[in-house]
Amino acid sequence: MSEQNLQSQTVQTTGHAWDGDLQEFNNPLPTWWVYTFYVTIVFSIVYWLIYPSWPIGKSFLTGFSDITYVNKAGETVTSHWNTRALLMADLNKAEEMQKPYFSKVAANDFEQIAKDPELSGFVLSAGKALFTENCAPCHQQGGQGVIGFFPNLTDDDWLYGGSYDKIHETLVNGRRGYMPAFGEVLNAGEIDALANYVASLSGIAHDAGKAASGRVLFTSETAACYYCHTDSAKGRQDMGAPNLTDKIWLWADVPGAEKAEDKIAAIRSTIITGVNKGVMPAWGERLSPEQIKVLTVYVHELGGGK
Amino acid sequence: MRINFKHEWIETNIGLMLVLTMLAISVGGLVEIAPLFFIKKTVENVEGINVRPYTPLELRGRDIYIREGCYTCHSQMIRPFVDEKLRYGHYSLAAESQYDHPFQWGSKRTGPDLARVGGKYSNEWHVQHLIAPRSMVPESVMPNYPWLMQLLDQSDIANRMKALRAVGVPYSLTEAEREANVKKFGAEVAAMLHIADAKKNLVEQANLGNYDGDRAGVSEMDALVAYLQVLGTMVDFTKVDADELVRSR
Ligand code: HEC
Ligand code: HEC
Ligand code: HEC
Repeated sequence: MSEQNLQSQTVQTTGHAWDGDLQEFNNPLPTWWVYTFYVTIVFSIVYWLIYPSWPIGKSFLTGFSDITYVNKAGETVTSHWNTRALLMADLNKAEEMQKPYFSKVAANDFEQIAKDPELSGFVLSAGKALFTENCAPCHQQGGQGVIGFFPNLTDDDWLYGGSYDKIHETLVNGRRGYMPAFGEVLNAGEIDALANYVASLSGIAHDAGKAASGRVLFTSETAACYYCHTDSAKGRQDMGAPNLTDKIWLWADVPGAEKAEDKIAAIRSTIITGVNKGVMPAWGERLSPEQIKVLTVYVHELGGGK
Repeated sequence: MRINFKHEWIETNIGLMLVLTMLAISVGGLVEIAPLFFIKKTVENVEGINVRPYTPLELRGRDIYIREGCYTCHSQMIRPFVDEKLRYGHYSLAAESQYDHPFQWGSKRTGPDLARVGGKYSNEWHVQHLIAPRSMVPESVMPNYPWLMQLLDQSDIANRMKALRAVGVPYSLTEAEREANVKKFGAEVAAMLHIADAKKNLVEQANLGNYDGDRAGVSEMDALVAYLQVLGTMVDFTKVDADELVRSR
C-alpha cells in the first residue's frame, strides 16, 4: 500500500493498490441515500397493506383498499382493489361521459341521427374511429374498397342495398355472396358470348354477334344468369347479385384492364370461376348495438346512402 | 463466540456475493411466482368458461406462428384498461391461455394485439394479408410471408400432442382419458383431442374449413389461419358473470 497517498489519512480506502498506486476510496454511503432506502422499505410495507400482496397458503392478502363499481345489472359491487375492479369503475366513468351521446343514438332513428347536427358530429368522429379499427383493413380507410376483394362503400352502387336498414342488416349479420362457377357447366364459346354480352351492358367495345347470342344465353335455362342478375341484368339485392349494367366492378378487374379484349377476359374468368370469397364478417356480437348504429349512419354518409 | 458481521465480507468475496445475490433473487421469485401455481383462483374457474385445447390443425398453426416469430410484433394479452377494452374487446383471462405452452402474452406491439382476432376478418383477408400485408393495409410494416402456401408437414403431429400432454394438456392417449374429455368438452371436441386420430382430424378440419382457399393439399396457411380464427373465441362472455371474474383476482 502506497503511503504517499495524501487522502489516505482522512478517507478510508479499500486497502488494495493496483499498478502500485491506484487505490479505491471506501466512503460511507451518503446519509440522504441511506434514509431514502429506509423510506422505500416503509413505503413497501404501507403498499402491502393497501394493495393485494403477500400469498398465504392457497390465498393472498387482498389489502385494505377497495373499489366500488356498478355492474351490468345495475347493482353496486364492492371489491378489494384489483385491476379488473378498477377497469369496471373506469368503464362506469367512460360510459357516463359517452352516455349523453350513446343514449341519444339509441333513442333516435337513423334519419334523426343524421339530421341532428350535434349527433352527426359525434357519429362522424366515433364512426371514423370504429371504422378505422374494424372496417378499414378490408374496405380501406376512405371506404373505397379493393377491386377483387372488398366493395366500395362510397359509391351509390350496392350489392345488398344502401338504405339505413339494409346497411344495418349487413353489419349485424354479415354477408356472404355466392355465384356458382360456370367453367364446367358452359363451353368456352358460350362463356365468351356471355362475357361479350355483359361487356356490352356497360359500353365496353365488344363483338356484337357474340353479345347477341350471349343475351339469349343470359336469360336461358342453360346459363340461368337471369335467375340472380334478373332479365335486365340490373341485379337482385336480396341475393347480393350485382347490377351488371353500370360501370362499377368488384370481382372482374375491368377497370384495371386497358384494352377491351382484356376487360372481356376479366369478365370471362369471373364467369368461369364464379365468386365464393366475398365474406363480410358479422359484427352483431363483436360491437354493441349503439356502435353498429353509429357505423350504419357513418357508412350511409360516406356518399352512397339511399 | 461473538459473530462480528461485516458487510465487507460479502463485498470482497465475489463467490459469496454471487451465491447470496442468487439466493435473494430466488426468494423474490419464489414468493411472487410459486404461489400462483397453488392459488386456485389464478386460472379463473368461473361458470361459462370452458376453454378447450387446440385441435391438431390449430396446434400446427400455433407452432408456425411461433416459428415465424409473429410474437415479436404481436401480443396476445388484452390488459384490463378502458382503451384496450374499447379497441380489442374483453380483457384476456388466464383460463384462455391455460393450454398454451409457451403462452404468447408478450408486451411488444408493433402490430395490434391478436388475443381476440378470431372472427374479426375473413379467411380470405388473412391469406392475402399474410402473403402481402400491404395489399390489404397500404401503410402496414408487417413482413410478407408468401412461403406459408407450402404444404404442411403433418408427420410429427402426434408427437407434438404427446409433448403437450406431458406438460398437462388433456390430449388423450388412452380410452379413459378420452372418456374424461367427453365429459369435460363434449364428444365432438373430445374426438379432436384424441392423439391416435390426430392426422385424420387435421386433414378433415383443413378440408372442411378450406382456410387458404386452395383445395389442393393442407398448407401451412390452412393451419395458421385456422389458429388465428380461433383466437379469443372460446369464451362466450355473455354467459360469464363479470363480477365473478373480478372476484377471482
Ligand atoms: C374481412 C373483410 C371485411 C371487413 C373487416 C369488413 N367488411 Fe364489409 N364487406 C366485406 C366483403 C367481402 C363484402 C362483400 C360481401 C359479398 O361479396 O357478398 C362486404 C360488404 C359490406 C357492405 C355491403 C356493401 C353493399 O354493396 O351492399 C357494407 C355496408 C359493409 N361491408 C360495411 C362494413 C363495415 C361498416 C365494416 C366494419 C364494421 C366492414 N364492412 C368490415 C369485407 C369486409
Ligand atoms: C346463384 C346466383 C347467380 C347466378 C346464377 C349468376 N350470378 Fe353472377 N353473381 C352473383 C353474385 C352473388 C355476385 C357477386 C358475388 C359477391 O359479391 O360476393 C355475382 C357477380 C357477377 C359478376 C362480377 C361483377 C363485378 O362487379 O365484378 C359477373 C360478371 C357476373 N356475376 C356474371 C354472371 C353471369 C354471366 C352469369 C350467368 C352465367 C351469372 N353471373 C350467374 C350471383 C349469380
Ligand atoms: C414487423 C412486425 C410484424 C411481424 C413480424 C408480424 N406482424 Fe402482423 N402486423 C404488424 C402490423 C404493423 C400490423 C398492423 C397493420 C396491418 O394490418 O398489416 C399487423 C397486423 C396483423 C393482423 C391484423 C390484426 C388486426 O386486428 O387488424 C394479423 C392477423 C397479423 N398481423 C398476423 C401476423 C402473423 C400471423 C404474423 C406471423 C406470421 C405476423 N403478423 C407478423 C406487424 C407485424
